[in-house]
Amino acid sequence: MTITLPAAAAAVPTVEVDAAVTTSGLEKRFRGGQLAVAGIDLAVPHGSVFGFLGPNGSGKTTTIRMLLGLIAPTSGSHTLLGRPMPGAAAEVLPLVGALVEGPAFHPYLSGRDNLARVDAADRRADPRTAAARIDGALDRVGLAAAARKRYRAYSLGMRQRLGIAAALLQPRELLVLDEPTNGLDPQGTREVRTLIQGLADEGVTVLLSSHLLSEVEQVCTHVGVMHAGRLVAQGTMDELRGTQSARVRIETTDPAAAVRALGLPDPHVDGRHVSAVLGDREPEKVLAALVHAGVPVRQFTVAAAGLEDVFVALTGEGFDVSG
Amino acid sequence: MSAVETLPARPAPVSTRFLRSELGMVFRRRRNQVLLLVLAAIPVIIAVAIKVTTPTGTEADGGPPFLFSITGNGIFVALTSLTVVLPLFLPLAIAVVAGESVAGEASLGTLRYLLVVPVSRTRLLAVKYAGALVYCLVAALLVAAVGTVLGALLFPVGPVTLLSGSTVPYSTGLVRLLLVALYVAAMMAGLAAIGLFVSTLTESPIAAMATTAVLAVTSQVLDSVPQLDWLGPFLFSHYWLNFGDLLRDPVATEGPIRGLLVTAAYVLVFGSLAWSRMTTKDVSS
Ligand SMILES: Nc1ncnc2c1ncn2[C@@H]1O[C@H](COP(=O)(O)OP(=O)(O)O)[C@@H](O)[C@H]1O
Ligand SMILES: [Mg+2]
Repeated sequence: MTITLPAAAAAVPTVEVDAAVTTSGLEKRFRGGQLAVAGIDLAVPHGSVFGFLGPNGSGKTTTIRMLLGLIAPTSGSHTLLGRPMPGAAAEVLPLVGALVEGPAFHPYLSGRDNLARVDAADRRADPRTAAARIDGALDRVGLAAAARKRYRAYSLGMRQRLGIAAALLQPRELLVLDEPTNGLDPQGTREVRTLIQGLADEGVTVLLSSHLLSEVEQVCTHVGVMHAGRLVAQGTMDELRGTQSARVRIETTDPAAAVRALGLPDPHVDGRHVSAVLGDREPEKVLAALVHAGVPVRQFTVAAAGLEDVFVALTGEGFDVSG
Repeated sequence: MSAVETLPARPAPVSTRFLRSELGMVFRRRRNQVLLLVLAAIPVIIAVAIKVTTPTGTEADGGPPFLFSITGNGIFVALTSLTVVLPLFLPLAIAVVAGESVAGEASLGTLRYLLVVPVSRTRLLAVKYAGALVYCLVAALLVAAVGTVLGALLFPVGPVTLLSGSTVPYSTGLVRLLLVALYVAAMMAGLAAIGLFVSTLTESPIAAMATTAVLAVTSQVLDSVPQLDWLGPFLFSHYWLNFGDLLRDPVATEGPIRGLLVTAAYVLVFGSLAWSRMTTKDVSS
């Protein structure tokens, strides 16, 4: 007898199976009454580089603390690598490297000794390979030369690198990096991006928080946008761009006439340039209308929305402090 | 890459690496070393002071118990020193180390990174307490050892006259001294448990240290108020000086055992409080 499974049985929602991180109604209200995270449903697909974006104070770090089991959610639940947290913390966390709210180390120990301290705390770490792993991690973040300096003497950028090195002491399946480029110079920011790209190429899922879109845009495959404790959007980069419609931009010697003939809401005039959000109008029709009205059009372009536009639209006032 | 394959399936069942690392942190810390140095200086000061002020053969009077016996037998330098450090210096040192334990990591932010390693909160607490315990032991033994060596150098040594009047060989005296030092260390274990609990309550190590030290002093002050006699047996410092019973022949065990039991109760209660606080607290430093 042959058993044929109904097709529907195989159609498990992909998010459930493939997601490295899922949250369901995850909420944190601090004792003071502050609602830092207002019930978010996050889904970080396996193998993605997930940009977790939002202004300062929008709840990114609080979410990450809950994900790692450092603070208890007020309500909601979440999984890491398919296992329920915080119950499976002991099995899951060894596969997760994390940088939370900046690096933190013992000031009087050298960078190397600090990593040795972290490694010693790890029951799964093999002491015989400790030296090699520590050197490897230091090397990977470009700290090999400063390994024996006291942490106290490290610059902010060096500290950030050491924090990333600590997350890389073991092979990981998931890296949670909270603002890893904070305090780094442009060169360092580029290096961290390259490092993240390299890890992603090896198959590591990366959850990367930032308040600066431009710093993560290039490496991210997915984004989630936080605003005042809410996850206001998430999806692939293209999906997110798609949520905001394209803009038309016209160069004309008669901007006033152009504005009249355009028939689009909130046109923006800047010298000889007029621009407006296209909405669901077709650009051909807009151009025809301009020509029909006798507006002298010198140039007519349709530009897809930049992510920056999307973020400004999603977070209202843009990347100012919220909360 | 599959990280799962490259990691051992199970963690080592027992690993002393973290404990050794913790001991390194405690004993390499300059401040903790200075505290040990201060403790070690007590027997030196006592021995030298008595040596220069008391002509050999006469007995000094007044001062802490055993002081008068020093000129007769160097071993009493160690016993006098333990008596002298017990009310303040030793509790202060323990308050510093125990108060620092969790709050120190919290204030640096390293606590969150230990927890995500992951180190279970129970294990973290156990290792922190073990570190403080070893410090208690080292501190008490250090005072005893420095006292013994200096006593032997500056004063005659020989058969020891115990509190009960009988005389035992010097070697037996040393064993008794060791018991006294271990008892003193055990008494400090109770204070360390209190310090550990206080340390889980705050992110300020200084506040935790100060609170623990104040509790140690308060316990002794309350113990000395006659109107509060009924309270005495419940105070952890009430039994600290019971080590005198270890210097009788035969050893009077009742007092020291009661001290150990009450201390065990304190360790249990404050250990549990520390545990329940530690395993439920939000680490948001
Ligand atoms: N321990 C805390 N107690 C009270 N409020 C907090 C605490 N930590 C964060 N908050 C508040 O929660 C909000 C979110 O903070 P956070 O998660 O750090 O934001 P982000 O990481 O996105 O900058 C902020 O308004 C912040 O003031
Ligand atoms: Mg943050």
